[in-house]
Amino acid sequence: MDWLINPDVVIILVGTLVGIASTLLGTFLVLRKSSMLADAISHSILLGIILVYLLTKNQFSPFFVVGAATAGVATVALTELLANSKRVKNDAAIGLVYPLLFAIAVLLINLFARNVHIDTDAVLLGSIELSWLDTVSVFGIEIARSVLSMSLVTAVNLLFVIFFYKELKLSTFDPGLATALGFSPVVLYYLLLSLSSITAVTAFDSVGAVLLVAFMIVPPTAAYLLTDKLWKMLIYGVLIAIASSLLGYLTAFGLDVSIGGMMVCFSGLFLLLAFLFGPRYGLIAQEIRRATQRSENAERMLLVHLYNHENDHEAQEENAVEALQTHLQWREALIRDIVMRSLNQNLIHKDTNSRLFLTDKGRVLAQEVLEPWRLVTN
Amino acid sequence: MNELWAFLSDFTIRNVVLGALLLGLTSGVLGSFAVLRQQSLLGDALSHAALPGVALGFLISGSRQLLPILVGALISGAVAALLITLLIKRSRIKTDAALGSVLSIFFALGLVLLTYIGNQNNAGQAGLESFLFGQAASIVPSDILVMSVVSAIAFTVLLLFWKEFKVVTFDPGFASSLGFPVLALELVLTILVAFAIVIGLQLVGVVLMAALLIAPAAAARQWVKKLEHMILLAAFFGALSGITGALISSTARGLATGPLIVIAASLIVVVSLLFAPGRGMIWSALRARKTSRVLQAQQVLADLYKIAESHNQPVYPIEAGMIRSYYGFNASHKLGELEQQGLIIPAQHMQEEGKHWQLTSKGYQEAKDILSNLGKHY
Repeated sequence: MDWLINPDVVIILVGTLVGIASTLLGTFLVLRKSSMLADAISHSILLGIILVYLLTKNQFSPFFVVGAATAGVATVALTELLANSKRVKNDAAIGLVYPLLFAIAVLLINLFARNVHIDTDAVLLGSIELSWLDTVSVFGIEIARSVLSMSLVTAVNLLFVIFFYKELKLSTFDPGLATALGFSPVVLYYLLLSLSSITAVTAFDSVGAVLLVAFMIVPPTAAYLLTDKLWKMLIYGVLIAIASSLLGYLTAFGLDVSIGGMMVCFSGLFLLLAFLFGPRYGLIAQEIRRATQRSENAERMLLVHLYNHENDHEAQEENAVEALQTHLQWREALIRDIVMRSLNQNLIHKDTNSRLFLTDKGRVLAQEVLEPWRLVTN
Repeated sequence: MNELWAFLSDFTIRNVVLGALLLGLTSGVLGSFAVLRQQSLLGDALSHAALPGVALGFLISGSRQLLPILVGALISGAVAALLITLLIKRSRIKTDAALGSVLSIFFALGLVLLTYIGNQNNAGQAGLESFLFGQAASIVPSDILVMSVVSAIAFTVLLLFWKEFKVVTFDPGFASSLGFPVLALELVLTILVAFAIVIGLQLVGVVLMAALLIAPAAAARQWVKKLEHMILLAAFFGALSGITGALISSTARGLATGPLIVIAASLIVVVSLLFAPGRGMIWSALRARKTSRVLQAQQVLADLYKIAESHNQPVYPIEAGMIRSYYGFNASHKLGELEQQGLIIPAQHMQEEGKHWQLTSKGYQEAKDILSNLGKHY
């Protein structure tokens, strides 16, 4: 089992596990519009960590998990308390609470815990580069400590999402109905936040506070642009997280730069790609849809115009291509485009004098636009 | 006194105090607009997003001089602001996810660049980490000059478009109906926030800068109602917390400046939330208590009146024990209050019976008024 402590394997495994564990929970934070709570939690758990450290003087105390979960939940509770007092808005409340807790934590480190494992740079940046150095033996198999702890957290998060899938889905999209059906979305919400804090404290050594926000928020946000289904969003998010970890590691290794930073840069790249090329919500897909709708509207306008003048005495004048320019105020290029389109679809035909007439098919469509209720009787 | 003067004229200390003063003024003023426009967390995002600009400014200029670094930070902040706006306006990504994603991706990018610089083995890069948490002692007079110019530019722009900014902040719809270029004005306000952030880079660092934008403004809002007053007060609070934090940091060794400034600002917020006249939580709790006591006393009075009315006798004496059995032990307290106001007086019904109460003519009229006022509403 030597490959389990191979540095490359350990770093990739840790990156991937952090990505999967955070994405599973981050998806629900993104959908609840509370992404910035991930930012707040990942900063303020530092206070929980440093307090537990000062009390136990032990770098590997199991109480870290408790301290972090408490700090995370306390952050959110304080934020909500402040926002509910109506004296500051919700966004300002987040921006007031977590910097204070984080500042106290940094100060405590400066005062009491200098030159120990927890120094301020490591807090912000993490050091996934070193994750393979620290190994433990489980049932005679040597394994990196961070791989072990991240596997546990990932398993817990996965079980949480699988077991409470239905409840999470309902309380995310319709908290009112969830309450009416007799289970409390608030309890589930705080459970989600506690698990997020535990994930954060476990991943802290490896990726640090700020990058953790990216691991939690960016893959789900990219996935949100790709699908409407919750389970697909979870799977896409996880896939993006895995791909970012792999590509990030390889690139960072080649360039000799921050590995965690590079992993996040790749998930950012995936977000950019989803934003531009997403199948339905991407920028390009939106533009194409808009252009199609524009020409469809113009086509209908042409049909209605011809239909209105079909039997009146001005038909000779109105059916000419030039009339479209003066009466509908269309540019020449647009006229050419729309007339071609309608001819191709067999909605109009052109006589030898370049006058336009509706075909039967075109007339039906024009009637449908003008008097949609008639279709019911047909 | 002499000691204090010697301390203040110390070269480093003077620079630090001047820098903190400039920072506090600028971030207090610009933060007021951000908080009022409910864009508190934008400051958070932009300050994290300044990191790649800091690194690029250093890479291009090859030195730790402030000016290129500030220009870099300003540009990357502006790019981040544009990206956030683009993500929100042109996709279905919500504000919180857009902020969180851009914030963390830019920070990661900055991290990658910083490690890249570290690998170049450049002697000057050692100080770059101080941009994470701020290092007041590293400020030199030329930095103060740059910071003054930046805040002078920010204040000039603010004064030139004062009226426009005010309208856009409180009523963007009205502003656009007046023909103001709302989008452009909002963008300028956002970029001005980036100005405040670059001033704070050296003192507070990118991580905690958000708090310095939000806290003074949120505190000032508790005390005053007019924008002009709020901005002046926020500038004062900002300067106060800046100078306090910077002074403590430069006298006590090894304490990062940023956290100290943030804690000072947060203390001002706590005091303001509790004690500000009118909005303070202490006062509103006292007000609520007083109101509930008045209402309870009025209820007792009204009941006494009803009993008297049902006996067709305005001065009907009512047994104290009966009142107490109905209202519990609080009753004597309320009765005492009513007596003090001259609304009821003790009375003797028959020799052998206990204490009784009856309405005075003033109390009779008062109770009548209370009930008829209620009648108007029901």
